[in-house]
Amino acid sequence: MLKIIRRVLAAIFLLGITLLFLDFTGASYAWFSWMARLQFFPAVLSGSLVVVAAIILLTLLFGRLYCSIICPLGVWQDGIALIGKKVRRNRYRWSPAKTCLRWASLGLFILAFILGISLVVCILAPYSSYGRMVASILTPAVRYVNNLIASATDSSLVYHRDVWFKTGAVFFISLGSLILIGTLAWRNGRTWCNTVCPVGTVLGFLSRFSLLKISIDTDKCVNCGLCARNCKAGCIDFKNHAIDYSRCVACMDCIGKCSTHAISYGTVRPVKARKAESGSTDAGRRSFMTATAVIATATALEAKKKVDGGLAVIEDKKIPARSCGIVPPGAESIKNVSRHCTACQLCITACPNQVLRPSASVDSLMQPRSSFERGYCRPECTRCSHVCPTGAIRPITPAEKTTISVGHAVWIRDNCIPVTEGHNCTACERHCPTEAITRVPLDPSDPQSVLVPVVDPSRCIGCGACEYYCPARPLAAMYIEGNSRHITL
Amino acid sequence: MKSNEITRRSFLKSLGAGSVVAAGSLMTGCRRAAEAVEDSHKSSSPRPAGSMTYRLNHNSGDSVSILGYGMMRLPTVKGGSARDDSSEIDQEAVNELVDYALEHGVNYFDTSPVYCKGLSERATGIALSRHPRDSYFIATKLSNFSPSTRSREESQKMFEESLRELQTDYVDYLLLHSVGSSMDDLRERFLDNGMLQWLQEQKEKGRIRNLGFSFHGDPAVYDYLLQMHDRGEAHWDFVQIQHNYSDWLNPAGNGKRSEYLYTELERRNIPAVVMEPLLGGRLAKLPKHIMQTLKTQRPDDSVASWAFRFAGTHPGILTVLSGMTYMEHLQDNILTYSPLDPCTEEEQQMLFHMAELLSAYPSIPCTRCQYCMPCPYGLDIPSIFAHYNTCVNEGNIAASASDPDYARARREFLVGYDRSVPRLRQASHCIGCGECLPHCPQQIDIPAQMVRIDTYVESLKQNA
Repeated sequence: MLKIIRRVLAAIFLLGITLLFLDFTGASYAWFSWMARLQFFPAVLSGSLVVVAAIILLTLLFGRLYCSIICPLGVWQDGIALIGKKVRRNRYRWSPAKTCLRWASLGLFILAFILGISLVVCILAPYSSYGRMVASILTPAVRYVNNLIASATDSSLVYHRDVWFKTGAVFFISLGSLILIGTLAWRNGRTWCNTVCPVGTVLGFLSRFSLLKISIDTDKCVNCGLCARNCKAGCIDFKNHAIDYSRCVACMDCIGKCSTHAISYGTVRPVKARKAESGSTDAGRRSFMTATAVIATATALEAKKKVDGGLAVIEDKKIPARSCGIVPPGAESIKNVSRHCTACQLCITACPNQVLRPSASVDSLMQPRSSFERGYCRPECTRCSHVCPTGAIRPITPAEKTTISVGHAVWIRDNCIPVTEGHNCTACERHCPTEAITRVPLDPSDPQSVLVPVVDPSRCIGCGACEYYCPARPLAAMYIEGNSRHITL
Repeated sequence: MKSNEITRRSFLKSLGAGSVVAAGSLMTGCRRAAEAVEDSHKSSSPRPAGSMTYRLNHNSGDSVSILGYGMMRLPTVKGGSARDDSSEIDQEAVNELVDYALEHGVNYFDTSPVYCKGLSERATGIALSRHPRDSYFIATKLSNFSPSTRSREESQKMFEESLRELQTDYVDYLLLHSVGSSMDDLRERFLDNGMLQWLQEQKEKGRIRNLGFSFHGDPAVYDYLLQMHDRGEAHWDFVQIQHNYSDWLNPAGNGKRSEYLYTELERRNIPAVVMEPLLGGRLAKLPKHIMQTLKTQRPDDSVASWAFRFAGTHPGILTVLSGMTYMEHLQDNILTYSPLDPCTEEEQQMLFHMAELLSAYPSIPCTRCQYCMPCPYGLDIPSIFAHYNTCVNEGNIAASASDPDYARARREFLVGYDRSVPRLRQASHCIGCGECLPHCPQQIDIPAQMVRIDTYVESLKQNA
């Protein structure tokens, strides 16, 4: 019964969180965004003391239910393990705790966090690992399916969504996590959670003191070992009737497996788990530093109009070299993002304007950055600020957005159409939402002079409309230089 | 539109018998007036599928089918019209359409060196050269719009190139293409470089059988050209004008009243060739209640047939051009004109009333002629206008966010917009350079309309 409840709740959480990453309409945020906010490490980062306290309390009362129900990476591993168990029954066995490795991993995690080495933090944080896997692999797949349906229908309810390959590093790191964690889960159940995962280590430490826990009634136990062979955490030492509560994720599987009903869940005095020698290391860590910027550049063909019809080729835009990256409104500063973001990619999958993409640079790898080749940060949208569970991007309203300057426009004279082509162009001025761009004569002494844009930085919010709409290609004549700290106008 | 399909279906049923009759009169000396079927003004209800109506060009004695084939919207291999997408012309489909048209009495084919990205003449030449040269009339144009083709040498080269592409050594109808944007334009393209005189010489040599012009724009230029005719400085064997029931009294935008244009020609006994009888298809796709009015009167007739019947009603009309991309359009038009049942006075008045109702819609008078294309900044101008007009017709333009229908109209507009025009080719990317302005025969202020549409789109996007 307990197992069924656990499974149902776990399935709800897993589906809800996965849907957050898959749903490109943004409708599910209203329903499930609280699930992302319940994640332990994001809650720590966002300073949600209530959530952190609640999870600690939950663990102190019931054990690591968080790992079995709320954590999507844990539940996903259970799913993999379930299939693994179907293939080979009774596949697990008791193994000694790799305590040194656990604390070393947690130590590394904390050290990396203090030193601001966000890459290590991002790779180890469980919820983010899961988010990345979904965002890089499942989300594009779902969109392809959507596009297939859209191409087959005329309905305005299903329509085409662009799928684009954002940053190679994220894809490969996600794929690496998927293969590594997936393989571990298939073979040994919760190995990742009980040796590498920093949240697992912290909650494992707490769960040793939890009020309710699994216990073996030695009077009933016949030492068959069935419980141990079905424990995905490998934490039941049936020979000694001892359970390592730091690794038990309170999945309740063993209760049903015991043919003599010797195992129960309730209040017991903790039995010290036998300290074990540290075994062989089976958890490898990889880091991928491949940063590839994929820019497809079509050769532009500027044909002078001689015949009717046809379409001019539109060259793809290139990303300008920005000396400071741009983080979206609500993020407050680059520093705030690097301190809080665990690179779960939720904001990036949520961005409807194709502005956010994972950074490819080493110091901010996988964290969100804005760029405007495919769209700009539209005035009515504040989606990323509302989905972020870690406080890296804090919630803002559209009204607040108009006063937050995330960057400022810079004019590149040599690219500007009135200068290069000699005719007027209104693109940047017309699309500027704050009237930060006006046009002045290129040659003030000539009343017929073409007009060129000038930027008033005190009005510019760095939304990127000018950069996106600038007809100069592949490099725009207006580009946004990020403000490392956002300025309130 | 559902009702159109029904019309076509019922039409196809009745076609079987009709085509046999029409095939009987195939290619029988279409140049001799005596043999041609003259206008039959008898009202025909129920309509017997008879044979094509012909009109006499008294200048050359040509007996021209009232339905002319405009080779400006030829089908492409991808299935759309060559004006709309970038794939190649589907020559097999063109051949099939031309064969069918000739078989059913159509004998006037109108092309230009610039149509279909410059590929129309070749496709027309390939299709027509498979038939005897005296079984059809070819009309093409001197389309020296581009500054690089305005010199005498380049213009002459363009004419010779047309003959080569069309695989012929004479042109039946040659037009000074789209004069009227300004007097300067006329002078530069035809008068100062001596091209008009050269063309008249070619006519004397028999390389051009009829010389005329097609007109869009400034009536001063129109008047000037007709005065040249009056003074004997030029002789116009025919003139091509935009004529339809919407343009007759109340042309949309800056269009010219075709009543004036036509009357001036009739007064001088100059045969008129009609272009844009459907306003680029807009008169075939009317707002629902206007469509219903027409359907009530003639349930079996297509909406388009009204426009074609009106265009052919006046006796001075030599032929009515239709750019037929699809076999269904060709068949429907042949049905309308075999024979022509001219509009009665009451019907004309009703159509003028419909036109008045139509003019209340904020649609843009674009005919998808594609003269503005390619836009140097990649916009798909005609598709943007077409989507906007479709939404106007279907009532998907919401007046305000408080409109009860707002959410649906908003979704239909935005989703349909992304479907019909790629993002980078939408109105928002117009930079207002004005390159398109001199090319639009309807004198639409394209950059201003782009801003108007974009402002509307922005308001939709910002108010969910």
